[in-house]
Amino acid sequence: MNSLSRRKFLKITGATVGAAAVITGSGKALFKGADKVNKKIVKGIKKIPTYCDVCFWKCGAIAYVKDGKLWKIEGNPKDPLSKGRLCPRGTGGVSAHYDPERLNSPLIRKKERGEEKWVAVTWGEALDYIAKKMNKIKEKYGPESMALFSHGVGGTFLKHTIKAFGSRNITAPSFAQCRGPRETGFELTFGDVVGSPERTDIKNSKCLVLIGSHLGENMHNTQVQEFAEAVEKGTSIIVVDPRFSVAASKAKYYLPIKPGTDIALLLAWMNVIVKEKLYDIDYVNKYGFGFEQFAAEISQYTPEWAYPETGIEPELIRTTAREMALYKPATLVHPGRHTTWYGDDTQRSRAIALLNALMGSWGRKGGFYLPYNYSVPKYKYPPYPKPEHEPVDNPNHKYPFAEGELLSTGIREATITGKPYPIKGWMVYATNLTQSLPNREETIKAIQNLDLLVVVDIIPSEIAGWADVVLPEVTYLERYDELNTASFRQSFISLRQPVVDAPGDQKPNWWIAKQLAERLGLEKYYPWKDIEEYLDTRLKGAGLSLNELKKKGVVTGPKEPIYFDEGIEPEFYTPSGKIEFYSLQLAEAGFDPVPKYKRPEQPPPGYFRLLFGRAPVHTFSKTQSYPLLHHQMEENVLWVNTDVAKRFGLKNGEYIKLKNTDGVISNKIKVYATERIRTDCVFMVHGFGQTSKQLKSTYLRGASDSQLITRYNTDPIMGGTGMNVNFVTFEWEV
Amino acid sequence: MLELTTTRHNELIDPFFHAWGWEIPVYLFLGGLVAGMMIISGYFLFSGRYKETDCSCYYLPRLSFIFLSLGMLALFLDLEHKQYVWRLYTTFRVTSPMSWGSWILILVYPVLIANMLLRLPETTKQKIPLLKKISDKMNSSHNLIRNIGVINMFLGAMLGMYTGILLSSLGARPLWSTSILWLLFLMSGLSGAAAFVHLIAKNVYERELLAKADNGFLIIELFVIMLMIIGLVVSTQVHKEAAMLLLSGRYAAVFWVFVIFIGILIPLLLQLLAVNHKIHHTPLAPILVITGGIILRFVIVYAGEYSHWFIVK
Amino acid sequence: MARYAMVIDTTKCVGCQDCVIACETENNVPEGYCRDWITTATSGKFPTVQLEIRSERCNHCSEPPCVTSCPTGASHIHDVGGVVLVNHDECIGCKACLASCPYDARFIHPDGYADKCTFCIHRVEKGEDPACVSVCPTHCMHFGDLDDPESEVSKLLKERKYHTNLPEAGTGPNIYYLI
Ligand SMILES: Nc1nc2c(c(=O)[nH]1)N[C@H]1C(S)=C(S)[C@@H](COP(=O)(O)OP(=O)(O)OC[C@H]3O[C@@H](n4cnc5c(=O)[nH]c(N)nc54)[C@H](O)[C@@H]3O)O[C@H]1N2
Ligand SMILES: Nc1nc2c(c(=O)[nH]1)N[C@H]1C(S)=C(S)[C@@H](COP(=O)(O)OP(=O)(O)OC[C@H]3O[C@@H](n4cnc5c(=O)[nH]c(N)nc54)[C@H](O)[C@@H]3O)O[C@H]1N2
Ligand code: SF4
Ligand code: SF4
Ligand code: SF4
Ligand code: SF4
Ligand code: SF4
Ligand SMILES: [Mo]
Repeated sequence: MNSLSRRKFLKITGATVGAAAVITGSGKALFKGADKVNKKIVKGIKKIPTYCDVCFWKCGAIAYVKDGKLWKIEGNPKDPLSKGRLCPRGTGGVSAHYDPERLNSPLIRKKERGEEKWVAVTWGEALDYIAKKMNKIKEKYGPESMALFSHGVGGTFLKHTIKAFGSRNITAPSFAQCRGPRETGFELTFGDVVGSPERTDIKNSKCLVLIGSHLGENMHNTQVQEFAEAVEKGTSIIVVDPRFSVAASKAKYYLPIKPGTDIALLLAWMNVIVKEKLYDIDYVNKYGFGFEQFAAEISQYTPEWAYPETGIEPELIRTTAREMALYKPATLVHPGRHTTWYGDDTQRSRAIALLNALMGSWGRKGGFYLPYNYSVPKYKYPPYPKPEHEPVDNPNHKYPFAEGELLSTGIREATITGKPYPIKGWMVYATNLTQSLPNREETIKAIQNLDLLVVVDIIPSEIAGWADVVLPEVTYLERYDELNTASFRQSFISLRQPVVDAPGDQKPNWWIAKQLAERLGLEKYYPWKDIEEYLDTRLKGAGLSLNELKKKGVVTGPKEPIYFDEGIEPEFYTPSGKIEFYSLQLAEAGFDPVPKYKRPEQPPPGYFRLLFGRAPVHTFSKTQSYPLLHHQMEENVLWVNTDVAKRFGLKNGEYIKLKNTDGVISNKIKVYATERIRTDCVFMVHGFGQTSKQLKSTYLRGASDSQLITRYNTDPIMGGTGMNVNFVTFEWEV
Repeated sequence: MLELTTTRHNELIDPFFHAWGWEIPVYLFLGGLVAGMMIISGYFLFSGRYKETDCSCYYLPRLSFIFLSLGMLALFLDLEHKQYVWRLYTTFRVTSPMSWGSWILILVYPVLIANMLLRLPETTKQKIPLLKKISDKMNSSHNLIRNIGVINMFLGAMLGMYTGILLSSLGARPLWSTSILWLLFLMSGLSGAAAFVHLIAKNVYERELLAKADNGFLIIELFVIMLMIIGLVVSTQVHKEAAMLLLSGRYAAVFWVFVIFIGILIPLLLQLLAVNHKIHHTPLAPILVITGGIILRFVIVYAGEYSHWFIVK
Repeated sequence: MARYAMVIDTTKCVGCQDCVIACETENNVPEGYCRDWITTATSGKFPTVQLEIRSERCNHCSEPPCVTSCPTGASHIHDVGGVVLVNHDECIGCKACLASCPYDARFIHPDGYADKCTFCIHRVEKGEDPACVSVCPTHCMHFGDLDDPESEVSKLLKERKYHTNLPEAGTGPNIYYLI
C-alpha cells in the first residue's frame, strides 16, 4: 500500500540520460596540474577542480594552490549548482584545512565515556580494536547490532562496509530531523519526492511562497542564487515566518504567523482558492484524484476561521491567495527543507503539496521541474549478506509511511530499549549526534548502552567526545570521494579530488572503510586497489575517465525537457496514478486523508517558543571552529522582540541564560533585542554552545538550541521529530 | 527606531573607534605645555626681563627641551610602523597637520637651543668653551635676544595651535570638527605653562605675575570651552551628540569633575584669593591646573574618537 | 581617466558575508580583521519592518580625508580609477587616516601599516572584477567606471534610485547603494 517509490522515477530519468550520454564540453584540459599537488612544493598557482563539502549541496568548485599552499576556493563556472559562485561557507571552506583544532591521530578512550581523555594510537591499533569489537558484537548479537550514522557523500564506503558486514541499520539526522516529512508529504500527494537539490524552479517562478524557508540565511547555493534572480525579476514574494527573515525583507507580503499554525493558513488559502475557483481547473481535472472530497472538506476553513489561530488578518489571507492564483502555474509554494517542526509535519507538507497542486505548479515552469541525473553504472560488488532482521528503527511499521531512509531516533530508541533487538555498536561518520538529534540526554543514554562507539570526524566534535575510538579523517580538500550525480535541471557528474596534502596522520574515509573491511574478513567487497581505480572504473562505465574528470571537475549531460509543457508525459506514482487531493492510503492507515489543523500546545505564561535556524556563515555545528567562518560569527545571539526585552528588562548585548520547561538551563547567550520577531517566540542559530572541551574556539560559545530541545513531537505518519515544541524563559545568573 | 548591526570587528575600530592610547594625549599635553613655556620665556626675553638673574627664562628652555623630547617620544611610541618614521621628513604634505607638526617640531628645536644658548649653566660653559664663546657672542646683541624671544613666542604659538588643529582637521570625528579647538589647546597650554612657572618660579614678582596671567588664561579657556560646546550644540545632530558626550554622556563625569571643577574653577578661585592676598600662594592651584590640562587632552581625544557620524540612509 | 565605483543592489543582497570571506582569502587579510563588512539597518515596528543590508568597505572617496591627513603621502590616490591606496613602506602607522575616515574603513595591519580595501586593484588591472564582486551569490554587486557612460555601473545609476553612505561628510563616496 505504501510502497510508493522514487526509485521508479529515478529509473526513468536515469534511462533517459543513459540513452543519450552526450557530453558537452570540448574535452580540452581546462585545468592543468591536477595530479601532483604538493607532494613537493610547486611554484606558482595551480587550479584544481573539486566539489565542496561544507554542506551537502555539493557545489562544483575550483581550488587555488599557490606555491604549494592552499590559497582560496571559487565556484566552478561549469558547474550547474554553483554557476561559478560558492556560498560564504564554501568560500571559507579553505580554513577547514587550516583549522588548528583538527584531529591529528586515531585516539582510544582512556577514561569514562564523555570525559574526553584519550591515548593516541596508530591506525593499525585503532582499526584492529574496532574490528575485534565489531566481531564480538556480531558473535553475541548478530551483525545488525552494529549501526552506522552517516551524513553526506563521504560515508559511501563505510556504508558499503557495514552492509557487507551484514547490517542495514544505517541512518542520518538529515531525514527524521530534516527532510523526511516533506518527502513523505509530497510522495503521498504527487507520488514523488522533492529531493535534494530541491527540484524547485525558483528562478522562473512568478510568485514564490516561502513558509519558513529562510533563503539567504539558509545558504543552499543554487536556491539562493535563483532566489536573487527572482527578486531582481520582480517575482511576487510571500513570506510566512514568525521572524522577519532576510527573505521577508524582500517580500511583497510578509505574514507574521503565529508559530505552529501554518496548516490553518494553508487550509484557509486553499479554501479561498477553491471557493473563488482560482485554481488551475484543467490541471486539477486532468490529474487530480479525490478533489471533490477535498473541496468539501476544506470548505469549512475560512480565513475568518484561520485568523484567531494564525494571527493573519482574513483580508491578507485572501489577498495573498489571489496573488498566488494570479501567477499560476508559475506559483511556487516552496516545500521547505528542514520541515520537522511540530510533529504534524507530513500533513503540513501535504497541505503545501496540495496548494501547489491547485496552482498546477508540479511539472510546470516556475513550479517543480522534473530533474535528471547522470547515469553512471554502480561498481559491481558481490551481493551483500541478507540480514536476518528488518531494520531496527521502525518496529511493526509503527510509522507506516517512514520510507526511503531509516529513522535515526528509531535506532537510538532501540539502542536504549534493546527492542526489537539490541544495538551494541555505533559507527558515527560526519554527524554530530548530540547536536542534531533532539533530547541530548536520550542520545547519551543510548551511548552508555553501547559496547562500541566509533566516531570518524575531522575535529574533536561534541560527539567525538563520547567515543571509544576517534578516527581523524582528512578534510574534503584532501581526499577523493564518491562521484556526485545528484538529479538536477540538467544531469551532471562531478568529482571531488584532493587539492592539498593532509597536515597530519589523517586518512580518507575510503581508506578507513577498506582497511576496516579487510580486518573484518570482508576483502572480497573491496576488489579495487584504491579509490582512483574505483572511480575510474565507474567513470569508464559512463564513457568517461577519471583523468577527464580530474581536469574538468564537472561534466554535464544534455539539456532535456524538464516541464510537462515541454512534452514530458505527466506520471504520478501514487496508487491512483494521479495527484491525490484525497489520500486513501492515509485514510486506510487511520490518518486524515485531507490535512486537518490541530492547535499546537501554547507556551506557559512567561515562556516563549524556542525557534532556531541557520546563519549564512555556518553549517549546523560543524564550521564554528573554521577560522574564516569563526571570525565571521563567533557565537549566536538570542533574538527577542524589543517590547519583550523591555518588559523583562533585557538589555541588548547582555548575556543571559535560558531555561526550558524541563528545567534545563542553557549556556549564556547575548540578547539581540529586535523588531524582527514576534513577541511569543525567541530565535537562535543552531550549532553553537558546544561542549567539546577540546574545541577551544567553540567551547561554550553561545547557547545550544539542541540542549534546550528536550521535547519533541514524533510525526505519527513517518516518524520525524518535530523540534519547535520547546518553551524557554530567561535566567539572569550568568 | 533604527537598529544597526555590523559584522565588522577590527581591532582599534570596533566596537568603537579607539586608535590612540595614552601616547597622543600626553604628546598633545606636553606639546601644549612647551608651547606655553616658549611663549612665556620668549615674552620675558622680548620684554627684557631676562636681565634679572632669577628669571624663569633661564631654565624654561632647558625644561622645554626635555618636555618636548618626551612628547616626541610619546608620539614615536604611538607609531605602529616605527621603522618608517623617517618617512615624515622625506616629504612635506601641505594638507596634513601632522606633516606640518613634524616640520614645526624640527624648527622648534633650533629655536629652543638658541634660547638655551643664551643662558648656559656654568658647568657647561667650563666644559665646552666653544659654547661659552657662542653664548657670549649672542648675549652681546640685545636685538638678537629680542628676536630670539619673538621667534620663541611665534613658534610656541604655532606649536600650541597645531596641537589643536591636528585633531580638528580630522573631520570624521564630530567633537573635533570645531574651528576653535586650536584656541582651546593654545589657552590650555598657556595656562598649564603659567601654572608650571608659577609652581617653580623663584622670583616672587614672577610668581604673582604668572598667577594673574594664569587666571586670565583660565577664564579665557573656560570661555573657549563654552563657545566650543555652543558651537557644537547648534550645529548638526551629530555634532550635538558629540557635545553631549561631554555634557551628559559617556565622558561627562570626567569632564565636569576633572576638567571644569578641578582643572579650572577651583584653581581659579584659589589663585584669585591668592593674588588678592586673601590666602597664601599654594602649589595646589598650579598642580590642579596642570592635572586638568592633562585630563583635558585625554577627554578631548577619547571623547572625540568615540564621537561618530551615524551611518543612516 | 577612469573613476571606479561599486554599485550594490541592496534589494538583492542577503547579507551572507560571502563578499567578506572572499576578500579575506583573496587578499590574505590577517586573521580577525576585515576590509569589508555587512551593515544591517532595521527600521519600523514589527511586523512592518524594513531592512537595508549593505556590504560596506572603503568608499574610495573622491575627496578622501585619509589622503589629505596623511603626513607621509603613504595614503594616495592611485593613477588608475581614483582608487585610494596605501603604500606600506611609506606608512609610519600614525593612524591619522584612521581617525579621519568617517566610515572607519581602515585598520592597522598587524605588520604596522594602515590597511583597507584596495578595490582589488591587482585584479582590476588584469581585467577581473574585485574578489567580493565576483563571488557574490546574488550578483548584487557591480564594479566599473563611472566616467564611461556605457558601463554597467553608470547605467544602473541612471536607471535606479540609490544613495551613498554619509554624503554629508563631504568625502564624495564611490560606493553606491541601489534601493
Ligand atoms: N548557511 C546554512 N545554510 C543551510 C544549512 C546550514 O547549516 N547553514 N543547512 C541546510 C539544511 S540541511 C537545511 S535542512 C536547510 C534548513 O533551512 P530551511 O528549510 O529554510 O529551514 P526552516 O526550518 O524553514 O528554517 C527556520 C525558519 O523557519 C522559521 N519558523 C520557525 N517556526 C516556524 C513556524 O511555525 N512557521 C513558519 N512559517 N516558520 C517558522 C524560523 O523563524 C526560520 O526563519 O538549510 C540548509 N542551508
Ligand atoms: N537542534 C537542532 N537539531 C537539528 C537541526 C537544527 O536546526 N537544530 N537541523 C537538522 C537538520 S536540517 C539536519 S540536516 C541535521 C544535520 O546534522 P549533522 O549531519 O549531524 O550536522 P553537523 O551538526 O554539522 O555535524 C557534522 C559533523 O561532521 C563532522 N565533519 C565535518 N566534515 C567532516 C568530514 O569531512 N569527515 C568527517 N568524518 N566528519 C566531518 C563535523 O565536525 C561534525 O561533527 O541536523 C538536524 N538537527
Ligand atoms: S551551498 Fe555552500 S557550503 Fe554547500 S556545497 Fe555549496 S558552496 Fe559548499
Ligand atoms: S556576497 Fe553579495 S549577497 Fe552576500 S552579503 Fe555580500 S553583497 Fe550581499
Ligand atoms: S572611505 Fe575612508 S579610507 Fe576610504 S577613501 Fe574614504 S576616507 Fe579614505
Ligand atoms: S597611518 Fe600611514 S597611511 Fe595613515 S596617515 Fe599615517 S602614515 Fe599615512
Ligand atoms: S574590492 Fe577587493 S579589497 Fe575591496 S572589499 Fe572587495 S575584495 Fe576586499
Ligand atoms: Mo537539513
